[in-house]
Amino acid sequence: MRRPFSYKLNIFLFLLPALILFLGVLIAPIAMSGYYSLTEWNGLGTPEFIGFQNYVELFTSKSINIMRALKNVMLLALLSVCIQLPFALLLALKLSQHVKGERWYLAIYFMPVLISSVVIGQLWIKIYNPEYGVLNTLLRSLGLDSWTRIWLGDKNVAMGACLVPILWQYVGYHMLLMYAGIKGMPPELNEAAMLDGCTPGQVSRYITIPYIRPILRVSVIFAVTGSLKSFDMIYVLTNGGPNHATEVPSTLMINLLFLRNRYGMGSTIAVMLIVLCFVFALLINFAFKEEK
Amino acid sequence: MTRTKINQSDIPVAQQHRFKWTDVLVQIGLILWALICLFPVYWMFTFSLKSNEEIFGQNVMGLPQHWLWSNYERALNVGNMGRYFFNSLLVTVVTILITLGAAIMATYAITRLKWKFHKKMNAFFMLGLTIPIHAAIVPLYTTLSRVGLLNTYWALIIPYSAFSLSMAILICTGFMGDIPYDLDEAAFLDGCGVWGIFCRVILPLMLPAVSTVGIYTFLQCWNELMFATVFISKDVFKTLPVGVQSLSGQYTTEWGPIGAALALATIPTLIVYVFLSKQIQESFIAGAVKG
Repeated sequence: MRRPFSYKLNIFLFLLPALILFLGVLIAPIAMSGYYSLTEWNGLGTPEFIGFQNYVELFTSKSINIMRALKNVMLLALLSVCIQLPFALLLALKLSQHVKGERWYLAIYFMPVLISSVVIGQLWIKIYNPEYGVLNTLLRSLGLDSWTRIWLGDKNVAMGACLVPILWQYVGYHMLLMYAGIKGMPPELNEAAMLDGCTPGQVSRYITIPYIRPILRVSVIFAVTGSLKSFDMIYVLTNGGPNHATEVPSTLMINLLFLRNRYGMGSTIAVMLIVLCFVFALLINFAFKEEK
Repeated sequence: MTRTKINQSDIPVAQQHRFKWTDVLVQIGLILWALICLFPVYWMFTFSLKSNEEIFGQNVMGLPQHWLWSNYERALNVGNMGRYFFNSLLVTVVTILITLGAAIMATYAITRLKWKFHKKMNAFFMLGLTIPIHAAIVPLYTTLSRVGLLNTYWALIIPYSAFSLSMAILICTGFMGDIPYDLDEAAFLDGCGVWGIFCRVILPLMLPAVSTVGIYTFLQCWNELMFATVFISKDVFKTLPVGVQSLSGQYTTEWGPIGAALALATIPTLIVYVFLSKQIQESFIAGAVKG
């Protein structure tokens, strides 16, 4: 059926606001980032095209040291997948078994997700404060004076100190997703297994976890890509210091842009991050399909 | 027939009788984690009411001996928290309105109007779900600075709206799918055009989506840090996260007022959470499960 021109015009008009926003603020800038990443540009004048030199410099430069930043986020991703997610799953499994006070626990565990990373970061800065912080005070009162550290100022422990609040904050998020998945299961599945004499542990292992596999996949993707992109907490806690020990790609990018005016190189890091996130998302999808 | 029919709620009860002591252990574990989640917030509220003498003296973790409300006064007056709060509120509300408007209109065109490429258009918008904000930060910064929009509310409202759009369309698609098509047809037979159907049939029935999209967008914008630090450097336009961050940098030794500032930044979110915890959790789930 042929539709009149006015009908098509109306479709276009309905799409217009969204299209303007989407093309102007997302799609066009991505293309521009791609182009800038191939240029040397201080933000003023015109960008000078230099091919892939930025990429070469990024991976060879000692002063940028991207490998250290990547190592830091990979460590975060690894801990996130190996500690945070299993712990979140454990909480979700327990909570979904009709524990007393289920909704209260759920609400409390999820609360840190809603609080601004700046607030949480500032609180942890004070928790880590070498003289008056809760952590060192606690250690001293337990007689463990030798364990006290300048947590965020010692380059050997600073990264570890940054990882703890990040992992802590988002346990509740993953728990909520998994909990919702478990609650969405048809109850017959569990009942049947119970009638066959399965213990709750066996039900979790053989029924629940396989059932929420799609959600686990989403959680793993979020955990890994979120780790690669992580910025807020590190920026607040250390901004990459001490002596670049806690640098992550995002803080490197921001510092190259606004401290050294290297817009081309900043874009190169941005492009690298997007590609990395995309590749990891594909790999994780693939891994989850393979095992099936 | 001695065996009673087993229904959902009977099963765990039966187990509770069998594994009494593991149940206690589970409860202890759950309470412990709850305390770990609550502790930083508890600590924030207590030191926000203490003087430096108390914080740095013997009373590091206890309740304040003298409740020092003047910390809050100082955070509001000297620290400018009221201004930051207003900025955050304004940016968030306008972002929600723009996102909702654009998303509902686009969703209407994609799901209710008949044309060739509506599926492709939807897939195109869904690309936005996977794009990190890093991808756009340099071009946005240079463009905003060229057109003189850096250090204005628009420098945050426009990017926030664009980055919330894909999720908003996704959520709206779900809700609009629940509206029966018969209504469109009936309205059409009554002589409504596409705009008439949109305004009189679809919009009023999209109210449930408004709260989900609104909550989701609120949580995205309210705590956003990267754009807000990069695009805003003038104090009068700073949002809460950036304002709190710069305050903490200025007054590193005065814990009380900083604690009060942190608490002031957190209280609105907590109040909203107390009243809308279920909707907030659902909007997060909707965001993740479909994405």
